Amino acid sequence: MTSLMASKAAAPVEQAAPPKKKTLARRLVPYGYLSPTAILIVVLMVVPIVMVISYSFRDNVIVQENPVFAGFANYTKVLTDPDFLIAIKNTAIFISVSMVAHLLLGLAFAMMLNTPLLGGVTKAVFRIVYILPWLFTIAVIAVIWRLLLDPSGVVNYVLHSLGLIQDGVNWLGDPGKALWVVTFINIWSGYPFFMISLLAGLQGIPGDLYEAAAVDGTNWLQRFRHVTLPQLRPVIISMAVLDLIWTSQQFALIWLTTGGGPLHATEMLSTYTYKQAFSEYEFSTASAAAVIVLLLTMVLAFFYVRQQRER
Amino acid sequence: MTMRASRLKRVIGAVTAAATVAFVAACGSGDSGDTASDGSVTLEFAQWWGAELPAGEFDKIVSDFTAQNPTIKIKLLSAPYDATKQQLVTGAASKTLPDVVGLDGAWVNDFAKQGAITDLSKLMTDANYDSGQLASQVQVDGKTYMIPVVNFVYPLFVNKDLLAKAGVAKVPTTRTEFLDAAKKISASGGDVKGWALPLDTAVPNGVQNDVMSWLWASGGSMLQDGKPNLQSAPVKSTVEYVKSLNDAGVIAPGSLTMKEQDKVEKFTNGQVGMMIDSLAHINLIKKNKPGLKFEVAALPAEDTYTGKRGIPYASWGIGISNSTKHKAEAFKFVSYLLGQETNAKLSTIANGFPGNKNAKPDFSGSDPMFKTAFDIYQQGYPANEFVGLAKSEDLMRSFDEQLQLVLTGKSSVDDALAKAQESWSSVID
Repeated sequence: MTSLMASKAAAPVEQAAPPKKKTLARRLVPYGYLSPTAILIVVLMVVPIVMVISYSFRDNVIVQENPVFAGFANYTKVLTDPDFLIAIKNTAIFISVSMVAHLLLGLAFAMMLNTPLLGGVTKAVFRIVYILPWLFTIAVIAVIWRLLLDPSGVVNYVLHSLGLIQDGVNWLGDPGKALWVVTFINIWSGYPFFMISLLAGLQGIPGDLYEAAAVDGTNWLQRFRHVTLPQLRPVIISMAVLDLIWTSQQFALIWLTTGGGPLHATEMLSTYTYKQAFSEYEFSTASAAAVIVLLLTMVLAFFYVRQQRER
Repeated sequence: MTMRASRLKRVIGAVTAAATVAFVAACGSGDSGDTASDGSVTLEFAQWWGAELPAGEFDKIVSDFTAQNPTIKIKLLSAPYDATKQQLVTGAASKTLPDVVGLDGAWVNDFAKQGAITDLSKLMTDANYDSGQLASQVQVDGKTYMIPVVNFVYPLFVNKDLLAKAGVAKVPTTRTEFLDAAKKISASGGDVKGWALPLDTAVPNGVQNDVMSWLWASGGSMLQDGKPNLQSAPVKSTVEYVKSLNDAGVIAPGSLTMKEQDKVEKFTNGQVGMMIDSLAHINLIKKNKPGLKFEVAALPAEDTYTGKRGIPYASWGIGISNSTKHKAEAFKFVSYLLGQETNAKLSTIANGFPGNKNAKPDFSGSDPMFKTAFDIYQQGYPANEFVGLAKSEDLMRSFDEQLQLVLTGKSSVDDALAKAQESWSSVID
């Protein structure tokens, strides 16, 4: 034992003998392998984020050659702007309603596709039909829904023919309805991703858990509550947090349908920031708004990472 | 063997790292306007014109230039209007604009103040260019930064069938006649309305083309000595008139989020009887609805107005980047596009009016409506007060929001104009 220990201890002494230069080169090798990723992360993530943060503390960046340090002035300006506060409120409603609806619809459709009551072909057909909205790009979705929801469009025609409405409803142009309508469009376009993920989760639940529960005399609802939901919990939480983050960044759909209007009814943090930068050329306040959005998103990302670690 | 393999791995690692660094460095060092070894210069020209012209037509005009000037090559960066705008806004901010840029009058002030586009007055003097032949120039602080190459006017489009069906014999020429015609068209049944008003705030140019055009048609102005003057009687009467059209229920529903393309589509489909729109859309409308009977006319003015009528216009303007190393060559290209012959040719294929006063567009092969519009244009004067103003899109948007408050009954005309005036005053100093 002692001799074995001694020989083990001696080995590094023998290896340490080669010249120092070689050791340094060898030590650098792993960094060489890492460098492509590290450089890309620095160039594509760290540099832009640091630049935006530094812009947010200066005045008239980009449009003036020598912007001056402005402290928290841009943050004060953004946080006291009524339009920004409306944008926060709208974004909160938009992302939370979208997430809950995505979850409920996704779960309902996933359970329908997972049921043993339907045949394979029927399931395959429904799987294609349910996933369709997810296959369209946002630009196409926006154009389709703008046409459908036009005051003289298909939706009003159908509702009118069924006697549900008297006059044409102004879906996107009415400040009282616009937010709910864009939220609806977002729900329509986003539920299939939830459905697919939850379906994968459902298919991973061992059948013997249901059998054991059935032997215990449980009904369908009890099995759903005590077997399905607890088994899906990690998927549901991950998807919910990710959906909140993704939906908070939704820009194209809003921009192409309502542009944040009418009368700021659908103004989101993304459209507000865009207007500050590319319409008002206030890149400093746009950066401050972007940093605030980054901080809010980081809170969500924190919960996501913590939840992933628990798993 | 192991030694060789590990050395090989190390070499591969180092090469990958070096290649990445080189790639990243190459990404950051993009420079427009290069001089080749044979002494020829390549100029980049970013614009949206190529995307709006019949395929290949603009390339032909450019290749004629390169044939005459073998030492200058032109690389066209053609993209749709919105994409070009975004590219130029970011390019101006980072001082990496292409050598020659297509400009909209609404962007000029901001780009000039950022020092992104160059003073063309100086280049014209250096090149002994006769600026007297130019129909117009867009200036900031007395210096020219943009020259309109082709102008597109926005006359009144009237659906003749709908007008006849509503019992209106004559195309309206005054505000009262227009309101009356719009009411009759709206009462003629179905989903048809008299007029379309696109007020979407994402691209708020409806304020310029569909609202302020009423003011300019009656000789009014929204500015006084370069300062906003929105509480004046002519502006108030314009907004009150638009409100009266709204109150009469003659505006197509959904106007608060309606976009320009929706307006054109509704007119093409016979859902609205009248609209104010770019002449450039005549071909599009005819292509989509060959049987539609429509004509263009001057914008209606106030009933008592007898003076010249301002007619809104948009331009394909041109400017030169301040950071290009080849300003003289760039100006040579600009003066080629504005030359009498080339400009006439470009205006003809674009269905627009030339930026060179002496250029005569050839209407023989085009729709007779272009000739009518050219007459309207020559009888009146081109009017677009947003051209050259700072943050003009922002000005349109703030006015748009106030107008939306008026149309939804949430604000009085006086309050809205007072708020818009306050908002504009903080932008235009």
